[in-house]
Amino acid sequence: MAGKPKTAAGGDLRNTTLDLASATLREVNDALQTAKAGEFRVANPRGAHALAAGLDGDIDVTIEGHAGYYCGGMNKSARITINGNAGTGVAENMMSGRVHVKGDASQSAGATAVGGLLVIDGNASARLGISLRGLDIVVKGSIGHMAAFMAQAGNIVVLGDAGEALGDSIYEARLYVRGKVASLGADCIEKPMRDEHRSDVRRLLDAAGCGPQVRVEDFKRYGSARKLYHFHIDNVGSY
Amino acid sequence: MCGIVGLFLKERSLEPRLGELTARMLHEMRGRGPDSAGFAVYGEAARGVSKICAVRRGPTADWADIARRLEAATGSPIDVTVIEDHAVFRTKGDGDAARKWLIDNVAEATVLSQGEAVEIYKGVGDPDEIAGRLKLSALTGSHAIGHTRMATESAVTIAGSHPFSTGNDTCLVHNGSLSNHNRLRETLKRHGERFQTENDTEVAAAYLSWRMKSGDTLKEALEHALDDLDGFYTFVVGTRDGFAVLRDPIACKPAVMAETDQWVAFGSEFRALATLPGIDGARIWEPEPATVYAWSRS
Repeated sequence: MAGKPKTAAGGDLRNTTLDLASATLREVNDALQTAKAGEFRVANPRGAHALAAGLDGDIDVTIEGHAGYYCGGMNKSARITINGNAGTGVAENMMSGRVHVKGDASQSAGATAVGGLLVIDGNASARLGISLRGLDIVVKGSIGHMAAFMAQAGNIVVLGDAGEALGDSIYEARLYVRGKVASLGADCIEKPMRDEHRSDVRRLLDAAGCGPQVRVEDFKRYGSARKLYHFHIDNVGSY
Repeated sequence: MCGIVGLFLKERSLEPRLGELTARMLHEMRGRGPDSAGFAVYGEAARGVSKICAVRRGPTADWADIARRLEAATGSPIDVTVIEDHAVFRTKGDGDAARKWLIDNVAEATVLSQGEAVEIYKGVGDPDEIAGRLKLSALTGSHAIGHTRMATESAVTIAGSHPFSTGNDTCLVHNGSLSNHNRLRETLKRHGERFQTENDTEVAAAYLSWRMKSGDTLKEALEHALDDLDGFYTFVVGTRDGFAVLRDPIACKPAVMAETDQWVAFGSEFRALATLPGIDGARIWEPEPATVYAWSRS
C-alpha cells in the first residue's frame, strides 16, 4: 500500500520515516500513536495540523519542517523535535515528555499543559503558556503579549523579552525573564529570586541545552500578587 | 474562521504563474472557509483604460444591454467581456463615474472592482470549484489576494464574499469582525463613499479608500485604521503597486508571512505557503500585532 509508513528491514521501528508526501496525516498519526518504542522521522509536514498529537509511547519523533496547529498536543511521554516552526497551540495540554521547537512558535504554545518540558529555540508569539497547569517552558528568544494568562502552575523561562500584560491574572506559575518586560498584567508583580528559584532556573536552562554563559543572576522573577484570587469590591477596577 | 492568502511578486519572471500559485494557496485554505471564495488579481493594465468587474445576482443578466446603457450614460465607448457569471467592462472614460452608475442603475449585478489593474472575481460554494470555474490558474499579474469565507457577520452571498473594493485599484480581504462598522459607515457615507452591502469589511475597504483619497499612503491609511476601526481583524490590502498586512492590537486572527528575493506571501496558516517555489529558503515570521507591513513595486 503506497501510503503505508516504510519501516527498516525486519520491522525494526528505529529510524522509521513517515512521509506526508505519500501517507495521509491520519496514517502517520496512527503509526506514531500506536508505537511503543522507536525513533521516527516525519518528512514533508508542510504545516499539517495535529501532527504527533496524543502520543502515548516512549518514542522519539523528529519533524523535518514546519508544523501546523497543535503539534505534540496531549503528549504523554514522547520526545518530539520540530526542525522548523510550529503553528498555534504546540504542545497544548501536554501531560509529560518533551517537545523541542527549533524555530519559532505561534500563539498559545503550551496552553493548559500539565507537565513535561517545552523548549522553543526561537521566539514565541502571543499567549504562551495560557492557563498553564504544570508544564515547564524555556524560550530562547522573546515572547509576545498575554503570556501566562491565568497560569496556575509550572515555570516559564524566557531568555529574551516579554510582550505586554505578562502574567495577567496569574495564579501560582513562576515566570523568569532575562530581558525587558513590556508590561505586567493585572495582579502580576516582580518577586525576589531565592535559592529555590535560582536552582529551578539553572535546572531548566541545563535541560534546554543552554550553556553556563546564560547566567541565572540575569533573570528576574514574576508571579502573582495574590490580590485577585477572590472577588473583592475594592479591586473591581482591576478585574 | 476564514482563510486569507496573498502573493506579491518581486520577480517579474514569476508573473505568468501568479494565478496558478494563488489557486494552490487558496486550495489549502478551503477548510477555513468553505462557504464562498473570491480573489483579486492585479494583471496587465492599459494606461487610461478602467476595468470594472461585476457579477450578476440572479440567473441571468443582459451584459450587452447593460454595456449599451452605460455607454449612453457616460458618453464613452464600453467594451464588455463575459466570464461565467462575471463581466468586465472596459472604458477610457471616468471609471469611478461608470462604477457609480452601475451601482445606482443595475439592480441585477453587484460591482466588485474598478481600476486599471485590479480584477475581482467571487462566488458562493467550494473555493476550488469557484477558482476552477473562473480559471484563476490561468490569470497572470504582479500580485493577488484571495479569501475563503466562513460567514459570521452577514449572509452567505456573493455580495458578502471578499475581497472588497470601494476605490480605484484598491482591495481588501479580512479575517475577523468589526464592531463599529455601522457608525463608521454613516460617517463615510457623508464623505461620499458608496456601499452595496451591510458587510463590515466593505466599511473597512471604504475607510481605506477614503483615507487614500484624502492623501494618505497605504501605510498611513492603515496606521489611521488602528485608531478608527474597532474589532478583530487581520487585513491584507492590495493597491495598484502595493501590498500590505495589518493585524489588530491583540492579534486575534492567525497570520504567517514569508519572503524571498522573488516574492512576499501571506497565509492564515503556513499550509497556504508550503508549496510556494523557494519556500525552504524563505524568511518566515508571524506579523506583530498593530504593526503595518507594506511593500510596493516601482
